[in-house]
Amino acid sequence: MAAAWTPDQPIVSIRAVHKSFGAIEVLKGVSFDVRKGEVVCIIGPSGSGKSTLLRCINALVPINSGSITVEGQEVHDPALDKLELRKKVGMVFQSYNLFPHKTALENVMMAPIHVLKRPKSEVEALARRLIKKVRLEGKEDAYPGELSGGQQQRVAIARSLAMHPDIMLFDEVTAALDPETVKEVLVTIRELAEEGMTCMLVTHEMGFAREVGDHIYFTDRGVIVEHGPPETFFKQASDPRTRAFLSQIL
Amino acid sequence: MEGLWDFLRSLHDAYGINLVHFYDAFERGRLLRGMWTTLKLAALCVVLSVLIGIIGAWLQGSRFRVLKALVQGYIQFFRNTPPLVQMYFFYFALGPQMPRVENEFGIAQPILGSFAWAVISLSFFAGAFNVEIFRSGVEAVQKSTVEAADALGFNRWQIYSLVVFPLAVRVCLPALNNNLVNLIKTTTQAYAIAVPETLYVASQIWSDRINVFEMMVTLLTFYLLIVGIFVWIMTRVERSLRVPGFGQ
Amino acid sequence: MSVPGNNAALKVMTAAPAQGESGFLASTFTPKALGIALGLFASVALAGEAWAQLTTGGERLGILATLWKWTPLILLGPPHEVGGFALNVLVSFLAMAIGTASGLFLGLGQISRIGPVRSVSWAVTQFFRNSPWLVLLFFVMLLTPFQINIAGLSVPLPGWFKATVGLALPVMANVAEIVRGAVNSIPSSQWESAESLAFSRLQTIWRIILPQCVKRMVPPWMNWYAILTMSTPLISIVGVNDAMTLTQDALAAEQRTELLMPMYGMLLLFFFVYCYPIARWTIWLERKYAVRI
Repeated sequence: MAAAWTPDQPIVSIRAVHKSFGAIEVLKGVSFDVRKGEVVCIIGPSGSGKSTLLRCINALVPINSGSITVEGQEVHDPALDKLELRKKVGMVFQSYNLFPHKTALENVMMAPIHVLKRPKSEVEALARRLIKKVRLEGKEDAYPGELSGGQQQRVAIARSLAMHPDIMLFDEVTAALDPETVKEVLVTIRELAEEGMTCMLVTHEMGFAREVGDHIYFTDRGVIVEHGPPETFFKQASDPRTRAFLSQIL
Repeated sequence: MEGLWDFLRSLHDAYGINLVHFYDAFERGRLLRGMWTTLKLAALCVVLSVLIGIIGAWLQGSRFRVLKALVQGYIQFFRNTPPLVQMYFFYFALGPQMPRVENEFGIAQPILGSFAWAVISLSFFAGAFNVEIFRSGVEAVQKSTVEAADALGFNRWQIYSLVVFPLAVRVCLPALNNNLVNLIKTTTQAYAIAVPETLYVASQIWSDRINVFEMMVTLLTFYLLIVGIFVWIMTRVERSLRVPGFGQ
Repeated sequence: MSVPGNNAALKVMTAAPAQGESGFLASTFTPKALGIALGLFASVALAGEAWAQLTTGGERLGILATLWKWTPLILLGPPHEVGGFALNVLVSFLAMAIGTASGLFLGLGQISRIGPVRSVSWAVTQFFRNSPWLVLLFFVMLLTPFQINIAGLSVPLPGWFKATVGLALPVMANVAEIVRGAVNSIPSSQWESAESLAFSRLQTIWRIILPQCVKRMVPPWMNWYAILTMSTPLISIVGVNDAMTLTQDALAAEQRTELLMPMYGMLLLFFFVYCYPIARWTIWLERKYAVRI
């Protein structure tokens, strides 16, 4: 069992993580810490392992070596209760992944009812509050097929928030959206961050990373090449790979 | 009703159209009992074969290779052998191996009669096709949807029952309906093991009353009717399950 | 406005052959398939053998020897006539041929521009599709005469031939549906270009549309052949000497309960060995002819 975790210690601690898919090594020794309330943005070219890293943090993907601890609990411990981990770590995906056969409200309510076994009335009140929070009041009874991409993504955020996580992971959540709807999603995430939620975002939205991020990590080919707070990172990147990448996208 | 029977009797006197199975109470009773047996047989087989399909599709997704191989073996066997021979095998070969019980006359008879074996045989036959149908439906559910459910903390059974299965059913409903219609038609093969279903009873009537053509027409009308009603019900089911934006 | 691409159907259709699948033969006679067939037979034969040893004390012929004794009859029928499993296969070929030929015309009738032809074709198709095969078989067997008179010659209609026609009827209806579906899946641009090149409707159908349909009709057509083959034992119920009847005759002659499972098991094995490769071939053809969009 892990030692009791206190909020002054890092909420997520990643040490020398290696991950291979068959013969291809995707993560080649990644290490960093995330403090509680921090907004961490991970950027980098495709194939650099960013999405894999997020999936390793909430145990969707096992790691080959190294360690990841969330609130002091080792994630890849075989004795780990995945349910407990999933209650602490919420994840939002690029392709929203709402359940198409349930309305927006039901999507948000499903996990607390079936996984947390909370009573339906309490969960419904929470769900309506969350849908209002992501500014989708009035769309509770719409099916995902009737919502736009940005609206679906916001429902997905509300769905993850319904589990009251301590950390939220966002995997390129705006990549599949058109520019007008990107903004509405980013506004929602920004509000979450301002309320003190620990967020880890894999993103291409440099403007957002600069404004909202506390710490930026640049990954390339499975390693963290450079990192720093946004002021220094974007202006004074030292590594040539970082500069090449930034010049391409900025 | 009597008026109708008299009219049918007059048809016989005038034109030789022999519809005795309608206006004679005894024959009518036989026929109706046979039809009821067909309906019972069809209903039981539909329900059981769907259950077998669900369980088989669930087992096929298991991690144990032995389990997967067993399900594959079951499917390939029942799909590539004739349902009639399967029924004979169950009734004539397996049946006598079963323990015997005494019926109300004190005579020992096998614990499972021809009706039960027909249900078992046909359910396994249709179930094998249903496993493939449900499996293709399950495969059509996007991995990302399953991943999202996993990330929310659902366990494997919850993911299957709350997310994967409802979506899979919507995808495979047309193929499933097709298979179930075939199942209803295949119940006639229970004739061969003397289950008193509609065809069997009809053959008894036409042997007694020599009205083969009229019986045939009645039979075909009956089956077209129950297939038609079944298709109508399933179309309603399909419509009620429709979710906007999914699979259209 | 929809969920990100529910493209399952599209994925299936555009799937390339799986890696490592060299061809039809290699993918059919896999160790798994042979294992299933042998395992089936072995377990049933062994069970029967064990039972026989327990009950008889072994003075009669063993199970496997008895099966071997009856196999020629069950496979080929009585001497000087075609019967047994060979008759099942013959009936399946003939019924398929008759059903395909008539089904082709019935299917074309469904897309005819003449209203009554369309309605009648549709009605006939629906009627034979939704009727139980055994009922149709009885219908043909009992209501057609024993012989017909053509130009003064009386031609006898043997039972097996009538049964073949009876089985061909539902095949005809299902082939009609396959034809109709295949024709409808050809893009209308084909019809338009043919029309602009002054082809008549008949020429368009025979020279342009149907040749393109053939490939996409083959897998469902083969599927129906498999279903038809597995329906041929129905002819035993109407008195034809096929493998089923002969197996039952053999069992009646031997009068040994321990033979029940092995002999029915052997019959199942014959059908399995015939139908399983056809099923694999169908899947292989399906992948090969997958419509690439």
